Amino acid sequence: MTTQPASPDAEPIVRIRGLRKAYGEHVVLDGIDFDVQPSQVVVVIGPSGSGKSTFLRCCNGLEEPQGGRIDICGRTLVDEGRMLPDRDLNALREEVGMVFQSFNLFPHLSVIDNVTLGPRKLRGVPRAEAEAQARVLLEKVGLAHKAEAMPASLSGGQKQRVAIARALAMKPRVMLFDEPTSALDPELVGEVLQVMKVLAREGMTMMVVTHEMDFAREVGDLVVVMDGGGIIESGPPATIFTNPHQERTRSFLQAVLTRA
Amino acid sequence: MELDFSPVWAGWPQLLQGAAVTVEITAASLLLGCVMGLLVGIGRLNPRNRSVYGLCTAYVAVIRGTPLLVQLFILFFGLPQFGILLPAFVCGVIGLGIYSGAYVSEIVRGAIQSIDKGQMEAARSIGMSSGQAMRSVVLPQAVVRMIPPLGNEFIALIKNSALVSLLTIHDLMHEGQKIISVSYRSLEVYLAIAVVYFVLTGATTLVLRHIELRLRAGGMVQ
Repeated sequence: MTTQPASPDAEPIVRIRGLRKAYGEHVVLDGIDFDVQPSQVVVVIGPSGSGKSTFLRCCNGLEEPQGGRIDICGRTLVDEGRMLPDRDLNALREEVGMVFQSFNLFPHLSVIDNVTLGPRKLRGVPRAEAEAQARVLLEKVGLAHKAEAMPASLSGGQKQRVAIARALAMKPRVMLFDEPTSALDPELVGEVLQVMKVLAREGMTMMVVTHEMDFAREVGDLVVVMDGGGIIESGPPATIFTNPHQERTRSFLQAVLTRA
Repeated sequence: MELDFSPVWAGWPQLLQGAAVTVEITAASLLLGCVMGLLVGIGRLNPRNRSVYGLCTAYVAVIRGTPLLVQLFILFFGLPQFGILLPAFVCGVIGLGIYSGAYVSEIVRGAIQSIDKGQMEAARSIGMSSGQAMRSVVLPQAVVRMIPPLGNEFIALIKNSALVSLLTIHDLMHEGQKIISVSYRSLEVYLAIAVVYFVLTGATTLVLRHIELRLRAGGMVQ
């Protein structure tokens, strides 16, 4: 079990200790310890069923862990099965953006309404102001010209970029990406990763579950390898990809990299 | 045997007046049924809230498991024993509304549960409470899916409303029976009543199909 040592000058923005989650008898996460520093890009990799997505979903309370503690953005999200009360949890989620594998855009709302819904309903931002901010975000993800379109008319890559803009509209301090490119046709993966690279360069704290090893290598500050509900190894991409300590990491990387 | 429709022609204004009452009582009960159905349907979404879930489930079971006619008679003939004397029309609306609400609640529950779980999660992930997410994200999508089955329910309600003629309400059925009682032309009058009901349900079907097509064209229904 490796834990990223906290750098002396910064408080971790995410601090996880002994995280444990089970569905009935089936243990999905088995005692995870982990820190994320502000502006760090953490890429979580590992075979399917290793608990990566569940781990990520615990970080904004979409899953309720049974044990351990998560501190995120200065709040204790969960401590030994006691979740933050609903009202505080909602406030915390505004600071922790999430991007899903299946986009989950709101199909009954136009692109711009998808992006403005949160700021308008939750922060009471007037429509005109929210739309102006949304257009800046849509510009950033390269979709300003699709502001009035309905989600059904967009490609998968475009949908995912709108989903990123929607999450950014709440001005989050941490962004969680749960296999953001896994549902995309291969030729659309690049445009989504490009947007994520820009975010990383701007200093956004990111936790990314992905199978895109090139992204992990190029953008990740820290690569975390999960298997069997635990972190088996973590370190800078250079180490993980060229000289992993664990045999399981080696065989996993061999399997994914030879496939590609 | 010869058919004689002259009592129908002579009683036509009366029948139309009855049809208007049928439409009024159906519309009012549907409104009540939709409100009840929405509340009960949402109440049945979360079995962990035991009291609400139990109450709503019992309501659906009792109402669906007993005849509408018995429910109407309890309201109209039974309640006066407790000194509760409601006007016939009110009894009709409450009876039909409560009855319809049980079925609407199942439509509401089914439609909400058919919306992808990811929608609720996405809404929660930007910080919405479950109530806000339900109102702004899930319900608007679920309502579109409710329209076809609600249409069926509306049509069933129009036909079931004939029972309120037994509560002395002067609906289409009741007016027809009054004409029969003086003309003895049962077949002709009942045929005429059937035609009027058929026109009412047919018109409802057309209106609903139009609404559905428009929603489809707007990209609201895939």
